[in-house]
This record gives sequence, structure tokens and C-alpha cells, in this order.
Amino acid sequence: MRIVVTDARSEEIRTVPKPATLAQKILARAAGQSHVTPGDIVTVRVDLAMAHDSSGPRRWQARLEALGTGLWDPSRVVIVSDHYVPAVDAESAAILKTTRDFARDYGVKHFYDMRGICHVILPEHGHLRPGLFIAGGDSHTTNAGAFGCYAAGFGATDMTAIAATGETWTTVPHTIRVNIEGKPGGCVTSKDMMLALCRELGMGNHFKAIEFGGAAVRAMDMEARTVLANMTAELGGEVGLVEPDETTLAHIRAHGGTADDTDITRWRSDHDAPYERVLTLDAAALAPQVAAPHSPANSADVTVHAGVAIDQAYIGACVGAKLSDLHMAAAVLRGRSVADGVRLLVAPASAKVTDAAARDGTLAILTGAGAVMLPSGCGACAGLGAGLLAEGEVCLSSTNRNFKGRMGHKDAEVWLGSPFTVAASAVTGKITDPRSLLAERSRAA
Amino acid sequence: MSGATQTGRAFVYGDGIDTDVLAPGHAMKLGPDGLARHCLEAIDPEFASNVRPGDLVFAGADFGIGSSREQAAISLKKLGVAAVFARSFARIFYRNAINIGLPALIFPHDGAVSAGDRISLDLAAGRVTNITTGKAYPVSPMPEHLRNMIEAGGLMESLKARFGAREAVS
Ligand code: SF4
Repeated sequence: MRIVVTDARSEEIRTVPKPATLAQKILARAAGQSHVTPGDIVTVRVDLAMAHDSSGPRRWQARLEALGTGLWDPSRVVIVSDHYVPAVDAESAAILKTTRDFARDYGVKHFYDMRGICHVILPEHGHLRPGLFIAGGDSHTTNAGAFGCYAAGFGATDMTAIAATGETWTTVPHTIRVNIEGKPGGCVTSKDMMLALCRELGMGNHFKAIEFGGAAVRAMDMEARTVLANMTAELGGEVGLVEPDETTLAHIRAHGGTADDTDITRWRSDHDAPYERVLTLDAAALAPQVAAPHSPANSADVTVHAGVAIDQAYIGACVGAKLSDLHMAAAVLRGRSVADGVRLLVAPASAKVTDAAARDGTLAILTGAGAVMLPSGCGACAGLGAGLLAEGEVCLSSTNRNFKGRMGHKDAEVWLGSPFTVAASAVTGKITDPRSLLAERSRAA
Repeated sequence: MSGATQTGRAFVYGDGIDTDVLAPGHAMKLGPDGLARHCLEAIDPEFASNVRPGDLVFAGADFGIGSSREQAAISLKKLGVAAVFARSFARIFYRNAINIGLPALIFPHDGAVSAGDRISLDLAAGRVTNITTGKAYPVSPMPEHLRNMIEAGGLMESLKARFGAREAVS
């Protein structure tokens, strides 16, 4: 294993002499090297550090004070209060206050207080650009990889060191390339693709980069692509990457970010890149998926589990409550009602999502069907906020993980599905193939 | 901790021990000591009261999958766990464990250790001995820079040295 340690930082375009994957190219740039090889341990400069109210200030402050360093560069730090919002008791209120006070005292300009979930905030507010190295104090930091960023999650001590120094170490990962080909059928979403991949690839791809490509990925909008990158965390990967294209740049520019046309040619894997594995998923052959408790890898076609009675349907989280997710739910719920004895809870992923959904009529469809709106934030997904489950209760959720005890009582059951599947199941009171409801509608039309 | 051989009892668990099992969300608002009392409760309600300083945790694949919460590793360390052995580790858990000075070692020998076995660990020599069965197993050494970090007492201690901080950094 070659150890490369450098403080050098170079912004100029370097010619990469050897074939490399996108992950290698970004790490080489961040490490100030012309090329890095999988297995190398490199010290990299961090372009953007992100943390939330649970992982950030409350765990950094005392240690930064003891080190006497302050933040290495407050302009490169984004802090988002999303886990304990809004406060439900004195402890969560204190955590939020600590976060606010820290942002003020340390001069953090990019502080989003109850504006939404951190992974959704970054692209919504123009923080992402292909080629960045992003360190986040949250496992789903991988989400930003949809924009061609090397975005990895780190624990609190790693993040404290990053906050103090602006650098960290990482092992250059091997890359697994996943080509998703074919045109998915109705109600088949990137969430279904990831639940199928959790089953097929398993959750043990520790330290790997997963790169998503193929015709089905090219056809996706950015919100759908973030689901691939987000749930790379469930695959165990270090980063999930999608090479930037016109769709990426258009999204960045529409959200106030900066991107250059050359980002598309610069931040892509070479055609002869050294992939560890290349595999193909045929989206055209895929049915909507649900994952049974207590693992996202416990997935199967929805038809296998159709009929399982549910108590709660939850549309929430960074992965499952973006505007497009609310649109999916509304497509099913328009003119329908939530079944008696079932509660449908919807926590839009950000304030902007709520606002857009209010303006375009989506919220009225959801509440008209009987949905109860919850605050934007991690809430029930993290087991911290409103919407938790009692012993023995069953929930179908659009979130990304269903580990035992995550959403309330340890003996509650959490199932995972797409917003289509969650909404369809809320209507019938049992796990339901959303294609049957939408087919009914198109026959009636 | 390097050099010394330590002896403890084995606690043995299966695959996929996730961070919600190690540090349950409902107890995350408690301080580190309070949270540690809930460590592993979903699969072993007696763990926190039974484990003693120096005991060792053995598990299967994917230990520490899930969230980035460092409390998952801190809870084990708080309870006195001297090292965690697993067939494989989730990346963030592995980094967190090393960063707080909790050795995390790959141990691919299914069935070599049963719950309650007395185990001795010699980190420097890279050897695990199951005193109960009398069998010894090599463990592959951690990369050098990670060993250095553990020997320095974890990442904060290394930083403290780098920045010359005088106060204790927890
Ligand atoms: S919504 Fe859930 S998965 Fe996303 S950042 Fe919050 S807790 Fe994590």
C-alpha cells in the first residue's frame, strides 16, 4: 500500500496519464496528485463539509475549543438543522440552540435552520458541482454523488478533524459500475432499482465506489438519480457516483450553482477505466419492490408481499419526500382516500418542496385524501420526531432503511417501498401493487 | 494498549449488527453513559449489564452498518469492550472505531468462538487465543497509519499533539 501525503492543492486541469474511474479522478485532484490507484491511502483537501444538528456543532464545539483551531474555513461549511426539528422537548430544543449559536459564533454563512433535510438542501441551494470532494457528518452524504461529487459520510470525530483542518484521509476505492438499461415500466422508480440492488449486490460493499450509468440513468431527472447515490449507503459503499451530463448542469444552474460545460468531459470515467466489476440491471424487467423488515436487502417484487396489512404509511426522508416523490403519491391519491384504520403521514423533504407542492396543488391532493402533514425533517425516519410506531405496528415507508428499532418500538415492522407503492397501500390498507390502482384509473379515464 | 495481552470473555453475535442496534435512536438524546446502557438491547437485552471491561465482541459480516453515528462505537468502548472482531466492517463504523481508539479487527473464523469463551488478544503480535478451546488464530494487522492512530489514543489525541493543545480533549 502506497501512502501519499500532501498538502498541495491544485485547481488546474491535470492530464490523467492512466485510465481512471471518476472516483479516482476526483480523489487525485483533491489529493494534488496526477493519478491515484485503488488501495492507496491519500490525504485529501475537503471542498465542502456538511453536518447536521445531530452530528455537527454539538459534537464539535468542545473539541474545537480545546484544540483552539476554530473552523478551517467557515465558507466551506454547511450546517443544516434537520434531525431534531422542530424541538419536541427541552433536550432537542437545547441541541437546536447549540447548533444556532455555533453557526453564529463561528461565522457559518451556509446555515439552514429547519429548511429541510441536509442532503436535499445541498442541491436545492446550489452547493454542488461535479468534481467536489464533500465530507458529510451523515451516512447518506453519498446523495451528492448524483451530481458527480465524491461525497462520503464520516463520523463525528472524523468530522471534527475535518472542521479543524479541512483535510482527511481516505483509501482510494475500487469502483463497481452498475449499468441500468431499458425503459422502466409504470410505477417503477429508482427506489425500486435500489431495493433490487440491495438484494442482488448485498449491503457489504464496504469502501467501494459504486458508479451508476446506462440508458435508464441518463433518462432520469436529478431527483431520481439522487436516490441511486443516496441508497449507495445501504449497499455499504463509500460513494455512489453518476457522471455529470446536460441534465446535471441544467439542474445546478437552475438552483443557483456554478458549473462549466467542461465538467461533463472532465468528470467522467475513462472508457478503459479499471472497474472491479461491471454489472447490468434491466430496468424494463423490474417490478415495483418492497423490502420486508428489517433490512433493505430483504426486497422482493411487491406482488410477493401484497396483502400484508399496515397501520401506517410514511412518505418522508431525504430519499423519499422530494417534490417528485410527492407527485408520485398524488398521482395515486388523486380522488381517493386513505383506508379506515390507516394513517398516512407526509413529511416533505424541505421547505421549498412544501412550498412548490402547495403551489402546484399536490398538497391539496394529499390532504384531500386524508394525509397528515408533518414538519420537514428527519422525524420518524431517524426515530427522533413525530410519526413513531408502537410495538407490533406495521409501517410501509418511502425511507431508505428499515433496521430494527429505527422508527420507534423495536418490535415494530418497517417495510420499504416507493412513494407510488406507499400511497397505493395507504388507500387499500395493505401492501398493494401501485400498478393495479393506476391501471384502474387509466381504464376509467 | 499495544503490547499487552488482554483477556476477556466473548460476546458473540451474527451478521449485520447495525448502528440502530448499537445506539438506538430512541436513546440518542441521553448522554454517552445513558446511551451505552441500551447498546445491543434489541438483540441482547442483558448485554450492557453483563459486559465487563476487557470483554470482546465477535460478530459476522457487516458489523456497524447503518448511520454515521459514532455513538455506536463509543457505546461499546464506554462499556469496556476491548476490541471488536467481525468478518467485515461497515466503512464509517470502522473509521469511527479507530478514531476513538477501539480496535476493530477482521476475524473470518466462523464458529471459532462461542459466547462466554475466555479469549486473549495480543494486538501487537496479531494473535487471538481462545483459552476455552485452546486454539490460536492470527489476525491480520491493521494498516500502519491506523495502528499509529490507535496507539496515539485516537484521532483527537493525534490532533491535540499536532496543534499543541494543552487541555484534555475528550
Ligand atoms: S431523512 Fe432519514 S436517511 Fe435522510 S438524513 Fe434524515 S435520518 Fe438520514
